[in-house]
Amino acid sequence: MNATTPNGTRELAHRVRTHALRMTSVGGGAHIGAVFSCADILAVLYGGILHVDPTAPKSPTRDRFVLSKGHAGAGLYAALAERGFFPVEQLLSHYQDGSDLSGHVSHKLPGVDVSTGSLGHGLPIAAGMAYAGKLKSAPHRVFCLLSDGECDEGSTWEAALFAAHHGLSNLVAIVDYNRIQGIAPISEVIELAPFAEKWTAFGWAVREVDGHDHQALYTALAAAPFAEGKPSCLLAHTVKGKGVSFMENSVLWHYRIPRGAEFDAALAELEAHP
Amino acid sequence: MRDAFIRTLTELAPQHPELLFLTGDLGFKVLDHYIARFLRQFLNVGVAEQNMSGLAAGLALEGHTVFTYSIGNFPTLRCLEQIRNDICYHGANVKIVCIGGGMSYGPVGFSHHATEDLAILRSLPHMLVLSPGDLWEAAEASRFLVGHRGPAYLRLDKSYAPSTNLPDEVFVHGRIRVVRQGQDVTLAATGGVLGEALRAAGTLASEGIEARVLSVHTIQPLDVDTLCAAARETGGIVTIEEHTVSGGLGGAVAEALLEAGAPPRFFFRMGLRDTFSSVVGSQQYLRKVYGLDAPSIARAASSRLGVAIPALA
Repeated sequence: MNATTPNGTRELAHRVRTHALRMTSVGGGAHIGAVFSCADILAVLYGGILHVDPTAPKSPTRDRFVLSKGHAGAGLYAALAERGFFPVEQLLSHYQDGSDLSGHVSHKLPGVDVSTGSLGHGLPIAAGMAYAGKLKSAPHRVFCLLSDGECDEGSTWEAALFAAHHGLSNLVAIVDYNRIQGIAPISEVIELAPFAEKWTAFGWAVREVDGHDHQALYTALAAAPFAEGKPSCLLAHTVKGKGVSFMENSVLWHYRIPRGAEFDAALAELEAHP
Repeated sequence: MRDAFIRTLTELAPQHPELLFLTGDLGFKVLDHYIARFLRQFLNVGVAEQNMSGLAAGLALEGHTVFTYSIGNFPTLRCLEQIRNDICYHGANVKIVCIGGGMSYGPVGFSHHATEDLAILRSLPHMLVLSPGDLWEAAEASRFLVGHRGPAYLRLDKSYAPSTNLPDEVFVHGRIRVVRQGQDVTLAATGGVLGEALRAAGTLASEGIEARVLSVHTIQPLDVDTLCAAARETGGIVTIEEHTVSGGLGGAVAEALLEAGAPPRFFFRMGLRDTFSSVVGSQQYLRKVYGLDAPSIARAASSRLGVAIPALA
């Protein structure tokens, strides 16, 4: 691993994936393909980029993080538990009766600022947080992780216009660009290409990375803002279901629950390539 | 009412540096004075109400008291899910202000008429719903909201009833104001149409019918005690709202009285019935068309009391 990337992000990503696999298997729900797609992004964020403190989850100086693709809640819960925001044992209550760990991410959990689940909500909220930070000249940053599918939502682009107009350089949008949405590939539903050009045209400073390359993710995110006076957009090229061969690039694994032989095979693959 | 609201905000903004006023690109000229003095506490977010509401939630989570402002259904129905998920679910300190409640915008057309907002917004958990009937109530409701923490909706009407407040009266949200005493029938109104109810009470009085007139400036939480007293002490209750009769003031009052075991002797909801306000005309004209003017109210009340008023026939 390159010296500039904090140690342990690969291990954290591995743990996020195995936790999420167990959570979705036991709970009987959630979006494992979407979690695997962004597991490396979450690991780099929580392993080295975000200034957050599990002993002071509401600290005013913390970096803010909004998981706009709330359906990847299992991944965020796993990252937070591994970072010590709540006990790892609590993860298996995901989807269970009486649990705080709803399928879509919930702010009842320490470390979660915003509950999401309906797509297109995260970026406006993050922009509000960034604007508030700018009013106070606060040094913290606001990160928002979006799915590519939720860039179908007009509200995402309303916020994109706003953030650029107000020069919210403390705002970083990361798009998990795996090119598969709910029930079909993006190319068959609503094409987003030329995607980087769209964000650029909306006034954002854009970079593109391999969303599974920790060094590239870390280098890019540590460098934000990418341009003075502009919000930053990191297009992370990812593979849906990354880490388990039969889930990769598969529309099926947006919703499918890993159980039985499939669960065993998936876990074996993850363990073979930590 | 809009001006009363903006005046109050302008008065209170200096003591509340955390206050932020967001508009969806509306308020031409009328906001100039506020903007000139409090540029840092003002933000025109453009014609983008979903973003305005999400932004407001984000700003509120960072400690701001946020007002969102637009016409009719734009700050409410257009961005209802942002209000539900981002504002109410997080208990965010956001006040949603609609100018042009009911059919205030008259001939501008039905798109600008807010006639389902009370029903829809009062169904949201944690949401306070205020709908003042006169300028004093509008100013006092605005003042109250600046200090209140949590989600709220303020519906402002272009029309307004004559103010009836006493010099030392204190506005209490959630407490109905009895603006006219009477025992024969209760006219419970919300918003500027309160003026029609007061005029109707005058007509009824000339026929010997003494109407109690209630200004229900807070729909949520509802003042059940005052309503129960009206059900008990008067000959029946008529609810009056520039709004659909489904789920708004009339619906709320019916739910409250039935649950309290205090059904009135008769009950009648006046408002729009399964219809859009599609006729073109001024607010006053539309009230006549949709049966919400003073004569229609007096007729509805008197006929249910079994009294015929020839002048209204």
